[in-house]
Amino acid sequence: MTLESKPAKGPANYESAVASGPQAVASFDDQRHGIGHKIQHTLHQTPSLVPLIVLVISLVVFGLLLGSKLFSPFALTLILQQVQIVGIVAAAQSIVILTAGIDLSVGAIMVLSSVVMGQFTFRYGLPVEISIVCGLICGTLCGYLNGFLVAIVKLPPFIVTLGMWQIVLATNFLYSANETIRSQEIAEVAPLLQFFGNKVNVGGAIFTYGVIFMVVLVMVLAYALRQTAWGRHVYAVGDDPEAAQLSGVQVKKVLISVYMLSGLICAFAGWAMIGRIGSVSPTTGQLANIESITAVVIGGISLFGGRGSVLGTLFGALIVGVFTLSLRLLGADAQWTYLLIGILIIGAVAIDQWIRKVSV
Amino acid sequence: MEPVLQARKLVKRYGRVVAMDRADFELYPGEILAVIGDNGAGKSTLIKALSGAVQPDGGEILLDGKPVHFTSPIDAREAGIETVYQTLAMSPALSITDNMFMGREIKKPGFRGTWLRQLDRKKMEEIAREKLNELGLLTIQNINQAVETLSGGQRQGVAVARAAAFGSKVVIMDEPTAALGVKESRRVLELIKDVRARGLPIVLISHNMPHVFEVADRIHIHRLGSRACVIKPSDFTMSDAVAIMTGAMDPPDSMAA
Repeated sequence: MTLESKPAKGPANYESAVASGPQAVASFDDQRHGIGHKIQHTLHQTPSLVPLIVLVISLVVFGLLLGSKLFSPFALTLILQQVQIVGIVAAAQSIVILTAGIDLSVGAIMVLSSVVMGQFTFRYGLPVEISIVCGLICGTLCGYLNGFLVAIVKLPPFIVTLGMWQIVLATNFLYSANETIRSQEIAEVAPLLQFFGNKVNVGGAIFTYGVIFMVVLVMVLAYALRQTAWGRHVYAVGDDPEAAQLSGVQVKKVLISVYMLSGLICAFAGWAMIGRIGSVSPTTGQLANIESITAVVIGGISLFGGRGSVLGTLFGALIVGVFTLSLRLLGADAQWTYLLIGILIIGAVAIDQWIRKVSV
Repeated sequence: MEPVLQARKLVKRYGRVVAMDRADFELYPGEILAVIGDNGAGKSTLIKALSGAVQPDGGEILLDGKPVHFTSPIDAREAGIETVYQTLAMSPALSITDNMFMGREIKKPGFRGTWLRQLDRKKMEEIAREKLNELGLLTIQNINQAVETLSGGQRQGVAVARAAAFGSKVVIMDEPTAALGVKESRRVLELIKDVRARGLPIVLISHNMPHVFEVADRIHIHRLGSRACVIKPSDFTMSDAVAIMTGAMDPPDSMAA
């Protein structure tokens, strides 16, 4: 090093060479004009574009194979009805995964909340409105517990929600005594429980309230994530929690709020599920956690947090719905659906990794 | 002249290790004060105490002559002390604007801000662009591009701009040139001088002696948990400073703390 003995006043001489060089430092390296890079940049800016493209392609391909069997208002809205529960739960899963967490307990919280709504009405004879509010509170509380364990006790989200999955599911079976409340009874005594099963018929296209709720929910979440400070904080926490903390984000509060909101949305999914299947059954929704993670991943949200959009999750859920219904209409073995979805999952993660390299 | 930021006899122990042993510190208005010290001398503990990341076990910190107690970096920030961390504390996937306003977003006025909690993106973008312009970082063209698409020097520039934009009393910079190339370092040193020219005093932590001697008005030399002395770069050579820092030379009596 240059530790000269004369008093150093200005910059050391070796740096004067720098001054004579070109001064452009913070300018952009615009060498990368390749089409690949342009696509990479566009996808980096709009991560929900990939699932949208896949959705359109799969609709076109299956549309060519099936013709009007798929492209009828009835079939297309049937897809929406079939994905509504997974879509709602996946919206909850999205915000958790955006914080670099994961929620394995979504399905269990959903079922327990629906059981609470049903049992409070039929076992205790509470007014149905109050039972529903109790069910929503139940879901939010489960979410709070997840959030508390993740944010304050600092346990890994995977472990916390794996444990909560078992705990909530067992509570659900113990509390409900494995008893199903039949659809007819609900329709007679408490039709409000089946609220989300109500239908709007627009020229053969059938929209249930559950479908409408799913779409509105995704829109509201997309707005909150993009346009509010809370949404920006969710991304920052998922990106780098320490950096977020240092720049003034209350990381713990954000995490707890995210898990609570996830629990609340799952409780709504439980309500919507009563509308979908008619009855209150403690044995449904067992695969909701895996199906919701599938929708989120295919929807282009990074499992490492901080990247993706909830709109992509909706597209992801729809892709799964299109594949499932189309292959069934084609008369293919159901296993083909799983095989193709498996390929989509791996493909989606590969694309995510490629998009991340944009900064290199 | 009264110091803007002052520390008196700060003590911090980690178990049996004394990281700060009655350390003093003074920062005067409008100056760049460099803090140098060997590894383990306790300079980062001192800086963390000043920026609220560490709570000292003893002693006091005065801001504008009034005692302050920071329990978190957010406290210090609210009091007008901004820190540029070595890690920069930015979210790579978010945009420049998002990062500059992280934790202090501006909401739209009226119904949309109060009830829909909508952010005023336009205003934040305007301010961000203006702040980057002031520091001559115009070459960053798109204020909405993700921070991870910027070079190291550009990221440092954004972090400095953020601190300068919001720091009302003091800006602390931790090793701002450590990760940068020669040209980018030069740019950041110019930035530091620009910030001083705008009246904000700066605490600069650095290991790079040529950089320290170039920009600092005074140099605080930390050794064995406390201040060994404060020197003027015009009165001493770099080798003297290193000698005092490592204990090879006694601190000059007149300046000793």
